Amino acid sequence: MATGPALPTVDVGDPTAAVAPVSARRAARRETVRLLLRRPEFLIGVIVVAFWVVCAIGGDRIAPHSADFRDPFHGHSAPLSNGYVLGTDRLGRDVLSRIIVGSQDVLVIAPIAAAIGVGLGTLLGLLMGYYRGLVDDVLARIVEAFLSLPVTLVGLLTLVVLGSSRTTVIGVVGLLFAPIVARTVRAAVLAERELDYVQAARLRGENGLYIMGREILPNITGPIVVEFTVRIGYAIFTVSTLSFLGVGLQPPSPDWGLQISEEYSMIINGYWWTVLFPSLAIASVVIAANLIADALQSVMQR
Amino acid sequence: MVRFIARRVALALVTLLLLSVIVFAISNILPQDVGRSILGPFAPAPEVAALNHRLGTDKPLLDQYAKLLKGMVTFNFGESYQTGQPVGDLIKSTLQNSAKLAFLAFLLTVPLGILGGVVAALKQGTLVDRVIVMLGLAGSSIPEFVTGTFLVVILGLELHLLPTLADWPPGSNIFQQMHYLLMPALALVLVYFGYIARMARAGTIVALESDYTRTAVMKGLSRATVIRRHVLRNALLPTISVIATQTGYLFGGLLAVELIFNVNGLGRLLVTAAKAKDLPVLQAGVLVIGIIYMIATLLADILISWLNPRVRLGAED
Repeated sequence: MATGPALPTVDVGDPTAAVAPVSARRAARRETVRLLLRRPEFLIGVIVVAFWVVCAIGGDRIAPHSADFRDPFHGHSAPLSNGYVLGTDRLGRDVLSRIIVGSQDVLVIAPIAAAIGVGLGTLLGLLMGYYRGLVDDVLARIVEAFLSLPVTLVGLLTLVVLGSSRTTVIGVVGLLFAPIVARTVRAAVLAERELDYVQAARLRGENGLYIMGREILPNITGPIVVEFTVRIGYAIFTVSTLSFLGVGLQPPSPDWGLQISEEYSMIINGYWWTVLFPSLAIASVVIAANLIADALQSVMQR
Repeated sequence: MVRFIARRVALALVTLLLLSVIVFAISNILPQDVGRSILGPFAPAPEVAALNHRLGTDKPLLDQYAKLLKGMVTFNFGESYQTGQPVGDLIKSTLQNSAKLAFLAFLLTVPLGILGGVVAALKQGTLVDRVIVMLGLAGSSIPEFVTGTFLVVILGLELHLLPTLADWPPGSNIFQQMHYLLMPALALVLVYFGYIARMARAGTIVALESDYTRTAVMKGLSRATVIRRHVLRNALLPTISVIATQTGYLFGGLLAVELIFNVNGLGRLLVTAAKAKDLPVLQAGVLVIGIIYMIATLLADILISWLNPRVRLGAED
């Protein structure tokens, strides 16, 4: 395990190699995979995500109708009627097809936003945790100020100013995740920086950049990978909420949050299917992402 | 204790100042002609200039920021671009309803979350534990607006248990209002239960495995006494700070929930303001929610340090 506190003591004899040799790392990775495959929640998560990946790749080719096709005669037709398995929305568009095609945006936007957040947050966290002192004090204050606001709220404000598009949504959510990731990475770096292998590198005269990138970073990949999967879940959560609030993806996108936002006011008229099925889709994919994250966390932090 | 509190308050004020800088910076990332965007592309230029002058949006950015800071102290945030009403009044009137909703959700979530977490920890590894953990995970994974729509469909449309919209008739007393607010509150409870339960569970497990608990058991105290006097007291400290953090985030969840249930609160006000690009309302709303979060975490810090002197003494070093 690359994150275990026991590892550095092994390396004391060989200060040039902070990380375990390649063969040992590969064995550790194989062990991680083996442990993961034994966890039912991990398998369930992977199966659900795989299902949506198939939907996203298939897209228009597997959807029974086009996502934008408006059936002029069957607006709001109930599920299993007129040949529509999940019914149609107010414009006569097939709910099932829109859910299938809508998975594309979710599966593209969330990982990219999470990657931006984790990349930037890791950089910040390394700087804060390694240099401590003034850098840490100043950055920590800024991070804390960001953390005092719900991401949805700052996202709302920022997207109103910048305008909503796929790019701005990805950028804003990614940037807003960075402070959260930075805090986690900082804590991990603080635990590592006092260990012998870091001291050894410092005594060898390595510069800060080398120590952060080549010595500390490989040893905190565990928490970073976990944080990345957690962030993907939150990114789906956040992006769909922003779409629901009207500042995320814009019509006629078949985005799930947007579908709910367009139809929820008609739910009291009994048109529950246009809202319930996209809701189930969001719930399934966020829960799946969190199941995977949970399994990774318990396997990697043993 | 006084020194500790003074330190915490000072830190909170610094964070608040930074927060105002962040909010102001975000609002001004792009150069904008506010007068033009309110009056539209065909309004004559002098009128646009006059409106900009009246709103203060023709002044240098530094002056505008100073005005925002002053507004935070005096609760005067200028007027809404959309309706021309004073922003402070809009926020005050809607915050009341949001506070009622948040309070009701808080009142339901905290005891449920703690109870759920402690029970799960005491029955660790059993079916009860797994069900509570899974419920919490599922609940906190799903966005509030999704949970909200599930509740509307199931409790409102199918079972007719609760009103689906929170538009109580004028003149309703507080209990009638609570009845209308119960479903939106439940939507929030489902989301925030998980965080609190998870923390309470983790804290209880650590306390159960500790030496002081073993000592208490070995000296012959009854199980109930050990749990009440030794386990819970130590287990719930981290839970308190999670509760405080979640109280701030509760106000973020209000955005979607108030929209779904049509609650005339701060969240719905901000969403409407966002649609109309009404920046003064948005700015002020975001700041007010930031302030609420800061007060909540500050109170939690003080409460924790009062309950646990180690925190207080550690911070004073």
